Amino acid sequence: MAEIRVTHLHKAFGDFVAVKDSSFTVADGEFFVMLGPSGCGKTTTLRMIAGLELPTSGSIHLGGEDVSMKRASERDIAFVFQLFALYPHMTVRGNIAYPLKNQGVPRVEAKRRVEETARILRILDLLDRGVGGLSSGDRQRVALGRAIVRDPLAFLMDEPLGALDTEMREVMIHELRALHDRLSATTIYVTHDQHEAMAMADKIAVMNRGLIEQFDTPQEIYDNPATLFVADFIGSPSMNLLRFHGAGRRGATTMTVGGNEIAIPPLGADLKETSLVLGVRPEHIRLLDEGGLRARTLGAEYLGTQQIVTLETGFGTVRARVPSDRAVARGETLGLDFRAERVSLFDAASGARIPTGQAAEVVHG
Amino acid sequence: MAEIALAGLTRRFGDTVAVDDLTLTVGDGEFVVLLGPTGAGKTTTLRLVAGIERPDAGKLRIDGRDMTAASPAERDVTFVFQQYSLYPHLSVYDNLAFPLRSPARRVPEAEIRSRVQEVADLLRIGSKLQNRATRLSGGEMQRVAIGRALVRRPSVYLMDEPLSSLDAKLRSELRLELKRIQQDLGATLIYVTHDQVEAMTMATRIGVMNRGRLAQFGTPREIYEDPQDVYVATRLGTPRINLVPMGTLEVGAAPASAAWMGLRTEHIEIRPAGSGAANATVTRVEHLGDQSHLHLDLAGQALVTLVNPHAPLSRGDRVALGARNPLFFDAAGRRAAA
Repeated sequence: MAEIRVTHLHKAFGDFVAVKDSSFTVADGEFFVMLGPSGCGKTTTLRMIAGLELPTSGSIHLGGEDVSMKRASERDIAFVFQLFALYPHMTVRGNIAYPLKNQGVPRVEAKRRVEETARILRILDLLDRGVGGLSSGDRQRVALGRAIVRDPLAFLMDEPLGALDTEMREVMIHELRALHDRLSATTIYVTHDQHEAMAMADKIAVMNRGLIEQFDTPQEIYDNPATLFVADFIGSPSMNLLRFHGAGRRGATTMTVGGNEIAIPPLGADLKETSLVLGVRPEHIRLLDEGGLRARTLGAEYLGTQQIVTLETGFGTVRARVPSDRAVARGETLGLDFRAERVSLFDAASGARIPTGQAAEVVHG
Repeated sequence: MAEIALAGLTRRFGDTVAVDDLTLTVGDGEFVVLLGPTGAGKTTTLRLVAGIERPDAGKLRIDGRDMTAASPAERDVTFVFQQYSLYPHLSVYDNLAFPLRSPARRVPEAEIRSRVQEVADLLRIGSKLQNRATRLSGGEMQRVAIGRALVRRPSVYLMDEPLSSLDAKLRSELRLELKRIQQDLGATLIYVTHDQVEAMTMATRIGVMNRGRLAQFGTPREIYEDPQDVYVATRLGTPRINLVPMGTLEVGAAPASAAWMGLRTEHIEIRPAGSGAANATVTRVEHLGDQSHLHLDLAGQALVTLVNPHAPLSRGDRVALGARNPLFFDAAGRRAAA
């Protein structure tokens, strides 16, 4: 297993820049996810690491060795694609053993490794079955087996769960992460699904239009999004974004939003009057009968112990996640109170996060 | 608008009983969701109400009238399918106007125009009216398909997983929209899905289906808080309810017939190991952003519960788990009476 270091990676297709000056390091044994909408450059980045595309400029180091211009077959990595391409006429054993046969691994050794792989994936009992009658989950396991059996330096996965239904995807998310915990293999995983990314990753790079917008742990990306794009992309429902004009002094702990005083974490620097966006997650909003930012309820969605309440404010629609025992009537006017230490501020024009003082982490059960 | 009453409705395909003696009344203006996995019989039920399938036994009444043998056209119902079926050669406008232009309806052009515009605005496809239907994204096509049902204003709407082909963000927007539209129209709606979030957020009542039978019928809150059996209990709630044998955790009074304990997050107390005897180990903390899934090992039983994302817990930590008013089930999986 190995560290993967990507430095100033750039890829242009004619006039179109697919990946812009991308730099990041995936530590040995890390589960790293590249997350973004289609066309953001995540798959192109993955294909360059695999050697299926050559970079326009920049370099890729795999376990300390510069592999930027090496062929895919010369890089010791295994690629798992979205569509599990299995050989339909072969058994599970034949499919998993195939890469070893190609490498000329001795039969006894190959048999041992295939069975070890099947044991890790818990499909030992399926080894001598044909792949035709397998469930989609088991087919996915066989496809993974074919990658694992090679014992490569790193695994690259391109939306491997994209073809599965919700329930099966949930099962495979847990299996993939548990598998990673057993193998501790360096893994780069590409997806557009924020839930997969949050649930599995040690580190996430959120990509948009060829650029890495943020590279951090899942919780940090969720708590402190670096840009408006990240704030909007991560979270379900996504972060509420209220647009307003405002200014503030360094250390200020309130902002005037359309005549309402709203508490914020202390401003890191003086802020001249400009177009701003205030970001607050649905779970950091409290509903008040009186006071607060006034809003009219459009509807409530029951989710068991919690509910999502959608409200209309003078700054657009806001969604709040509150306990479901609070009765909410459609059309009723309420006040919104934001948890100050969890409020984010962004510059509306650049989309960049405006630095605010880190409030002490509040921990409760 | 209308009430729909199903009485002993049964439909067989060869040896398979797709819908088995189904009795259920959908009130006027109600939003009823039929929830269940593939093969539970929910789509067949919907097709029986629409008149696309005929029952082998039982009766169907709409607005008090026996419709068991009526043709689909006589029922004044409209059906939105999972797969959008638009006229590819027509514009979005003409697709939406199509149901109103039927000779039987004779809606004046001016009224057609205003209704199409209203529905298009509602579904946020107002700027696409002149596009050819085939030049739309999947999400837009599905909204046109829903729009075509809305524009007719029938007495009953039937929808079969209409949001399943849309991406998560659009789906969550349309959930709220659909609910609002249904309330504004006062329409009677039967909606089929396997997505528990859609069921919980939109339904006035949920019919949980299992192998052709109605397992339970009630408000989302009743189904969530008071499930009649293990099957229903596992249908709602994320993470899924944890089922552990009695005796795994100490509880106060429990019914004599209880064999299993059902534990949702709100039924589990977690204390740091220091404050009590540790009985479980953290196997994994899965970050979801707003909350985290805490995976636990309790004497060989795997449990999943929600915790605050900033809770100071990590893999390998020992914790003390307690149960608080769990749900009890008997050996057969039925809710054990207190």
